[in-house]
Amino acid sequence: MGNNPPDRLEYYASLKRNIFIAVVIVSMIPLIVFGSITRYEFHTSYAEKVRAHLSIMVKKHAQNIDTFLKERQANIVSLASSYPYEQLADNAFLAQQLTRFQKTYGPVITDLGIINEKGEQISYAGPFQLKDANYAESEWLKQAMASDVYTSDVFMGLRRLPHFIVAVRSLKNGTPWLLRATIDFMAFNELVQNIHIGKTGFAFIINKKIEMQTDSTRSVEKNLFRDAELFHPDKTGTDIMNEPLFQTRTSDSGKEIIYVARLLKNGEWALVFQQDHLDAYSELYRAREVSLLTLVLGGIAIVLMAAWVSRHTTIKIAKADQEKEIMNRQVIQSGHLASIGMLAAGIAHEINNPVAIMVEEAGWIEDLLEDEDFKESENLNEFKRALGQIRKQGIRCRNITHKMLNFSRHSDHRVQLFNLNELIREITNLSSQHAKYSNVTIELNLTEPLSSIKASQTEMEQVIFNLLNNAIDAIDKKEGGKVRIHTWQDDSMIHFEVQDTGSGISEANLKRIFDPFFSTKPTGQGTGLGLSICYGIVQKMNGQIVVESTLEKGSRFEISLPAAESPEETETKTTKTTGSMTS
Amino acid sequence: MSIANVLLVDDETAFLETMNKRLTKRNFQVKTVDSGIAALETLSENGEHIEVVILDVQMPGMDGIETLTEIKRKYPLVEVIMLTGHATVASAIEGMKQGAYDYLMKPCEMEILLTKVIEAANKKRRHEQKIIEARMKEITTF
Repeated sequence: MGNNPPDRLEYYASLKRNIFIAVVIVSMIPLIVFGSITRYEFHTSYAEKVRAHLSIMVKKHAQNIDTFLKERQANIVSLASSYPYEQLADNAFLAQQLTRFQKTYGPVITDLGIINEKGEQISYAGPFQLKDANYAESEWLKQAMASDVYTSDVFMGLRRLPHFIVAVRSLKNGTPWLLRATIDFMAFNELVQNIHIGKTGFAFIINKKIEMQTDSTRSVEKNLFRDAELFHPDKTGTDIMNEPLFQTRTSDSGKEIIYVARLLKNGEWALVFQQDHLDAYSELYRAREVSLLTLVLGGIAIVLMAAWVSRHTTIKIAKADQEKEIMNRQVIQSGHLASIGMLAAGIAHEINNPVAIMVEEAGWIEDLLEDEDFKESENLNEFKRALGQIRKQGIRCRNITHKMLNFSRHSDHRVQLFNLNELIREITNLSSQHAKYSNVTIELNLTEPLSSIKASQTEMEQVIFNLLNNAIDAIDKKEGGKVRIHTWQDDSMIHFEVQDTGSGISEANLKRIFDPFFSTKPTGQGTGLGLSICYGIVQKMNGQIVVESTLEKGSRFEISLPAAESPEETETKTTKTTGSMTS
Repeated sequence: MSIANVLLVDDETAFLETMNKRLTKRNFQVKTVDSGIAALETLSENGEHIEVVILDVQMPGMDGIETLTEIKRKYPLVEVIMLTGHATVASAIEGMKQGAYDYLMKPCEMEILLTKVIEAANKKRRHEQKIIEARMKEITTF
């Protein structure tokens, strides 16, 4: 693109930019749209899956825990109803019952106790020395006395260990008494602590006061439950007794945390599963990262590709434009030559008539001089010489105009057979004036016979004319010089050489002489197209141009063209064509 | 008795005048006209007397080739020499095809022109002679 003017470069730059943008947009939009849709769909379905999975898990565990609590209640209820107060008040019996329980269900029930209406524990079986302990002031006792079956929240109690109580109220002669069982906190804890998902997923139980009912090694963001909408199902609008509540909240530390909660124990407790959002959706995020990476890599590939395509295309277009321009100039050039030819023809023809008249008039005077009257004149010979000169110069004019006519005549691009030597003679004749003014002698060394070549005569004329003119121009006018034109033939090739004794071409310029618009002539004197056109024409004829040049010694251009046929054939053919022309 | 009876056709009257003088001086009987149409009129008036027509190819109106075609159609025995300022082979070939005797380039050497005219006139006379002989033969065979 080096030869293009700045506005052209700007045009190519904007063309390149437009192609680039178009390619990027067209490629990126589907990629982004497809990627977004897939991502959205995947995200939605995966979130749905996670939600469903967690909900089911929480629901199942909540049911298990409920079942566990109900079973313990049932155990105690059956114990209370199976045996009379007196029997249960016996420490030994109670211990026997505890052993039985522990044998059947494991160490879930830590101890058993019977409490009278005053809150005194009248009998006790278990690891702690709690016989005769008084629970009269305990909160749980009041509540237990108020209902048939009661399960307390977790509390420290007299033993200073977290535990909770299942108590059954029975009546003896109208006086209430309680069968109380302590549920092993550790065993109960296990039910919940076993729930582990991912790195951060764990479960715990809270009561209405947002007090932990299970032990947890992990941090629970209790603050998130402050509004405790969990325990007001009407607030959330969901039936938390059956379907767990699923919520995502932001903790104080800015982490997004998922909560799945379901109520237990007739709505007094809630099983809560907590997991970091990032952890729960880790696979989703990984998939997202992979897809994002793909998108980015794809995007980079597209951008690189677009850059390459736009660059490549622009270079090609620029090249095509340049070729077009050369073609245009060639067309203009040949059109120019053709119009010059027509002009020359017109002038030649217009001049012919007056010249003819002048010659005839001179002839007439000559005729008259033959008469007797003039025979005596002393200047007769001088008259005759002058008239002879007029006629001679008239003939010379005619020769010049005929040459001009001949030259302009065949300005067509039709391919035809012709003899190169004749064409060279014709053109050398035309250039003889130019050569004379430049103090150049043209030496012809034409080999005869020479095969015809098959080409457009006009184009070949251009080639010879250009080479000859260049050769003459290369010679210094003051010093003068020689141009030698030599033709010869070997096998199937016709060679044609123009050699001058001019200034020569420097090595740097030698590489560029066939480039269009390259000229060493002063601005306005050379188009820089001559040799480029020659090159194009010779290439078209399947020929070759070889250049040799030495500075200050001169240059040699050798053109080799395929011969149309062998010399013998040419001769027979020529006679044949002439024959057919006259017939 | 003139050497030959010539009709000179050219749009350049100066040329016509000089040629007329020069040919007349050389004992030719010359008529000059400045257009193709005038040439045809002259031919129709003088009929068989004109032996050779020297015809310029480039003329305004009816050009040389058209005139030649017309002459050869109406007076096939009259010989025509084309004179052209335009050395186009094409127009020369066209002229020869139409039956021109020869063609010469302007300006031409008087000697060459004279030779051609005499040759053409002789040819015409020969043709005429042959026709007369043929007619005589026809008559005598009866």
